[in-house]
Amino acid sequence: MTMIFGVPLAVFMGQLTLGLVNGAFYALLSLGLAVIFGLLKIINFAHGAQYMLGAFAALLGFRYLGINYWLALILVPLVVGAFGMLLERYLLRKISHLDHLYGLLLTFGLALIIEGTLVNFFGVSGARYATPEVLQGGLDLGFMFLPTYRAWVLVAALAMCLFTWFMIERTRLGAYLRAGTENSQLMQAFGVNVPLLITLTYGFGVGLAAFAGVLAAPLYPVSPTMGSSLLIVVFAVVVIGGMGSIFGAIMTGLAMGVIEGLTKVYYPEAANTVIFLVMILVLMFRPAGLFGKEA
Amino acid sequence: MNTAESLETQQPQQAEMIRVQDLHAFYGESHILHGVDFNVKRGELVTLLGRNGAGRSTTLKSIMNMVGRRTGSIMINGNETLHMKPHHIPRLGIGYCPEERGIFASLDVHENLLLPPTVRSDGMSLDDIYAMFPNLYERRRSPGTRLSGGEQQMLAMARILRTGARILLLDEITEGLAPVIVQKLAEVLTQLKERGMTIVLVEQNFRFAAPLADRHFVMDHGQIVEEISAADLPSRREHLNSMLGV
Repeated sequence: MTMIFGVPLAVFMGQLTLGLVNGAFYALLSLGLAVIFGLLKIINFAHGAQYMLGAFAALLGFRYLGINYWLALILVPLVVGAFGMLLERYLLRKISHLDHLYGLLLTFGLALIIEGTLVNFFGVSGARYATPEVLQGGLDLGFMFLPTYRAWVLVAALAMCLFTWFMIERTRLGAYLRAGTENSQLMQAFGVNVPLLITLTYGFGVGLAAFAGVLAAPLYPVSPTMGSSLLIVVFAVVVIGGMGSIFGAIMTGLAMGVIEGLTKVYYPEAANTVIFLVMILVLMFRPAGLFGKEA
Repeated sequence: MNTAESLETQQPQQAEMIRVQDLHAFYGESHILHGVDFNVKRGELVTLLGRNGAGRSTTLKSIMNMVGRRTGSIMINGNETLHMKPHHIPRLGIGYCPEERGIFASLDVHENLLLPPTVRSDGMSLDDIYAMFPNLYERRRSPGTRLSGGEQQMLAMARILRTGARILLLDEITEGLAPVIVQKLAEVLTQLKERGMTIVLVEQNFRFAAPLADRHFVMDHGQIVEEISAADLPSRREHLNSMLGV
């Protein structure tokens, strides 16, 4: 059997795939956080809850309305994104003139309320969401077994990242977003409706989180607390990558997933902390993050 | 002093594009403008002169609703704008060029040029603009802030010309630029005047502004303290220099 540094190739590749899939989630979520932070300057602590809402909406939509996975993948980000726009319009906007720390506190409070409400109704044990039939099973690649659904998650998440990159870097609306991130007051003086741009941007970031949530539903138990544990890691990823770079958020997300996966192979005890170790190193030597601009 | 009235009797045929009356502006607790009154007629080029801190930039920002709070009246082409949202004001046909130029680093030159939404259909075409500023065409794929200071200033001007704005508010456009660039800007402003643009110029470089302007307004302590027409300028030059402290 082929070995890599004393580990069977199949085990190595299996953990690498797992790492990439986790990394794809980190990428999607840190991307949304970075987009929101760029324009609103708010650290969106509700991002984990919004990811969880995506998974929950898929679960409940299937249970009570018969909405299948594919439809959920399109509908849920739109619905949760619209919910995000309401939050921005009627809560975040009211405090936008205050220190941005208030935005952090408000979104943190929202996350607790959303989670608490769902715990009240559904408990914390978590429910299973069935993998869509065509994506069940896996492929035997000879050197490893590749579960179809994980391969799909990787493809779908990367496609969404690419779509987001294209929207921001190559379209007129994206140019508004980039310019607004730099100087929103001047954009307003050019006649751009910045408040509307902010609402749409927040909705888009929340929609990305919900999309990740639907992708995650068949992989992990769907429970009200599934987002909060993930969010802490995603914040570390954002700190490592640095705010303000779309490409940086995607690459850092994937890389951290892989580093975490490989740590599981070679030193499993450190798997849960390795990302934070990287974060500390990055903060010591490059405080603006790997892809961030020095302030 | 009511400068608006005295001028109206001189040139009643010209429509007022900007009429500012008793304008007060505040940033938080600080009261910056203390009752500014002036008007600008269609096709005129006027300057706002004065020492640093006299309130000239704040006057432009107040017109764009970029300050904390305003009272008084700001009529643009017959529309009261005091209670308009900031993003509705440019749509009356105003282009604003901020003192710091406001070129976006994350956009290339071409994107910077296309960024401001058009406010009227008869703006300059991209071809016209690139003909007026050939350097910008050569560097259209460079990030905006990689340009030289002069090129950035050209870009800041060019992008508001494309929008079709007919009223231009230009804040310190010659600041820190080489004489050859300042000369080019003077040519550009002359061409814009010929096209019938209405221009308000906040300027330190009086030698640049003097031959271009129809009227000069001198500001001090957040008020207009003097109005000097181009015709009166030669006889008032020394008086003006003493007011500006040059």
